[in-house]
Amino acid sequence: MARLTVNGQAHDVDVDPETPLLWVLRDTLGLLGTKYGCGIAQCGACTVHIDGAPARSCALPVSAVADKHITTIEGLGRNGALHPVQQAWLDLDVPQCGYCQSGMMMAVAALLEEKPHPSDAEIDAAITNICRCGTYQRIRAAIHAAAGRRVSRARLP
Amino acid sequence: MSRARLDRRAFLASVAAAGGSLVLGFDIQLGPRATHAATSAREITAWIVIEPNETVIIRVAKSEMGQGSFTALPMLVAEELECDWSKVKAEFAPPHENRKRDRVWGNMSTGASRSISTSQNELRRAGATARVMLIAAAAAQWKVPAAECTAAQGVISHRPSGRSITYGRIAAAAADIAPPTQIDLKAPKDWKLIGTRQTRRDVPDKIAGKPIYAIDVQLPNMLYAAIVQCPVFKGTLKSVDESKISGMKGVRRVVKFADTVAVIGDTWWQAQRAAQALPVNWDFGENASVSSSIIRAHVRSGLTATDARIGRNDGDVERALAHAVKRIEADYEVPFLAHATMEPQNCTAHVTADLVEVWAPTQDGETALAIAADAAGAPPSKVVIHRMMLGGGFGRRGIFQDFVRQAVLIAKVVDQPVKLVWTREEDIRHDFYRPVAMARLVAGLDASGTPIAWTIRTAGQSIIAAVSARVMQFGVDRNFLQGLLEDMPYDVPNYRVDFAMRNTHVPVGVWRSVNHSQNAFFKESFVDQMAFAAGADPYLFRRKLLARRPRELAVLDAAATRAGWGTSLLEGMFRGIALHNSQSSICAQVVEASVAGDGKVRVHRVISAIDAGHVVNPLTIEMQTESAVVFALTAALYGEITIKDGRVEQGNFHDYPMLPLAEMPRVETVIVPGDGWGGIGETAVPPLAPALCNALFAATGKRIRSLPLKNHNLRSA
Repeated sequence: MARLTVNGQAHDVDVDPETPLLWVLRDTLGLLGTKYGCGIAQCGACTVHIDGAPARSCALPVSAVADKHITTIEGLGRNGALHPVQQAWLDLDVPQCGYCQSGMMMAVAALLEEKPHPSDAEIDAAITNICRCGTYQRIRAAIHAAAGRRVSRARLP
Repeated sequence: MSRARLDRRAFLASVAAAGGSLVLGFDIQLGPRATHAATSAREITAWIVIEPNETVIIRVAKSEMGQGSFTALPMLVAEELECDWSKVKAEFAPPHENRKRDRVWGNMSTGASRSISTSQNELRRAGATARVMLIAAAAAQWKVPAAECTAAQGVISHRPSGRSITYGRIAAAAADIAPPTQIDLKAPKDWKLIGTRQTRRDVPDKIAGKPIYAIDVQLPNMLYAAIVQCPVFKGTLKSVDESKISGMKGVRRVVKFADTVAVIGDTWWQAQRAAQALPVNWDFGENASVSSSIIRAHVRSGLTATDARIGRNDGDVERALAHAVKRIEADYEVPFLAHATMEPQNCTAHVTADLVEVWAPTQDGETALAIAADAAGAPPSKVVIHRMMLGGGFGRRGIFQDFVRQAVLIAKVVDQPVKLVWTREEDIRHDFYRPVAMARLVAGLDASGTPIAWTIRTAGQSIIAAVSARVMQFGVDRNFLQGLLEDMPYDVPNYRVDFAMRNTHVPVGVWRSVNHSQNAFFKESFVDQMAFAAGADPYLFRRKLLARRPRELAVLDAAATRAGWGTSLLEGMFRGIALHNSQSSICAQVVEASVAGDGKVRVHRVISAIDAGHVVNPLTIEMQTESAVVFALTAALYGEITIKDGRVEQGNFHDYPMLPLAEMPRVETVIVPGDGWGGIGETAVPPLAPALCNALFAATGKRIRSLPLKNHNLRSA
């Protein structure tokens, strides 16, 4: 039995401790927004936040995240509102097939927490998720748009 | 009016009771379990349901795999319907209802970039038909002539009396109006919605992480399956030692097929771990020692063989070659490629005595239905197919749909629904690959540098031979020569192209642009060679050969103009150009690239000019062009499936890499307006590799004659 805190909610799950977090999220907890793409932490479709830091959940045993705070795409927005990254994704029509985009947005949200105004080089280094539809041009633009939005929000009284 | 939720069995019973005449709304937007939400409103034509709350549901026959059909196809209906576009909701038309209703939604096969071109007329007619019915219903209610009524933004007005009514309020009455026999469609100049930038309808679900894909399906009591397929194609299963996994937790049973073993478990992870641990004894068969070098020699034999079939033969090539002042000749080749959709192959099936129910990531719901019926041994009338959003398609999920067959066969042995999910390794190693291909090209130039003779001998594996032996009986696989037949744009008076079929044991299939990507690489690289031999600029040389092709000329000029062809570039940057016709569209590309001292190729900018005929949604064209450029660039730089010991050597993204964001070039799209209806999903794929390699020739003087580029050493001497 492992205790997980996902999107602020505690869950006791009865799974093999070696089970990757991805499959616990998807098949045990029914949080299906986090995707399986490769199983070897290469593509990033499974990216979630562990205590705020981006992590690829497909190669991460659930035993390694007990007592940690996990955030998935379902918990990215707050109080029913879209996260600034999701809003930028919507505004710039980023997704095509959309399958990689949960992981992509999670990776980007984590980047913007660390670097509120990333340069293109910082984006290149941090966002290594794969998008087979090739939405990278819109992703880059949306990252800059989300960064701008975060600033403008912070400046509001 | 509320939208009653029916449970799945009740829903099916209600459809059956209505003899198939009742079609319910399939709202995929709320996730798999909500696909059965029923609408209380009735349809006005098979394509349209207007609810009392003014929501306009437009049904989509084609699959949505990222290419934008959920937006562009409803736009065609809405243009003539004169509804409020913001009230439109798209939903998939169900394949089983299509079957029952005499294919009222037409062919559901989604590929070859033809979703718009093959359905635009019917969709616009559906919109116009419904508009006439709505107006007729309002006119009847008001007892005024229909001709005095107009419709706009979902409101019907009768100006003489000042009355108006919304579509939502008159829709129920309109459903009883007989459809008009004569329909007039708007002239393109009168379009208001078609041609405007409209954001995608599927984005809100996709940014929220909604469970909209087949891999997300969850059903009560669902089991999971993982599979291991014989690593050598066409090999067979000899035996498995089930005792080795019998004690593993969550493992339900092992299912054996001719070339595949499946493990059913309580969770996918448990099933997958057991499948990995299961000792399997295969008979690899006669292909166990086949390697890429053997395949290469086999295909190469076709370049000089006498069994080639002619695809097009103009003038007298041999005679013209004999008179040529300059003769050039080159061989080109390209490898097998995998699709690698981000969502691995998967399918969920529930097989009972009365019903075969399938949730599939399918590019053709009707083929999915036929395969499911065949696999289950059930009549097609007992099959229900739920089409889900696709996490990528690119041709992998249309013709063969092996994952549907497997899921149904596996689900047959248990009473519960089963979700089959392939690992990425199974996905890369058991694809239907883009065929290997080679070409030998020979050209003769006259004293002015004008090509007077051109021959192209192609050799490689035929997709058609695998799909339809019947078609092959009647001669050449003309598909293999896509882009080189009547669709060859360059005017060379003596021209011959032929094909020597050289099949292998590796399964092949359609890969975004089918055979165009291979043939464009051969053709456009060689045209550059001709230009070089003629001492001509590659752009101006092409212009000369396109003198009688105004549409191609306009596209080529548009790309060159936007790129600033002929103007100076930053130090170390070089341009290449290419043009190719495919999917009834024309695309010219200019690539700006550099080669670092260590040989690393970097593409900085790609300009694509495209004439796809009428433009439905410019945003779709831009997005599909960006997508096609990345798809083609990934293949040009890195894409290669190799064979050793009869099996695929690659297995995941570490050895079958994808272009990362850091290597994304700036992609610009220039839309060249045209008439007719062309495709856009694949059109920007074929010219990319040759335009890039032509830029690399300008940069290094080295002519790239095989792909991918990772196998070439471009370090400066």
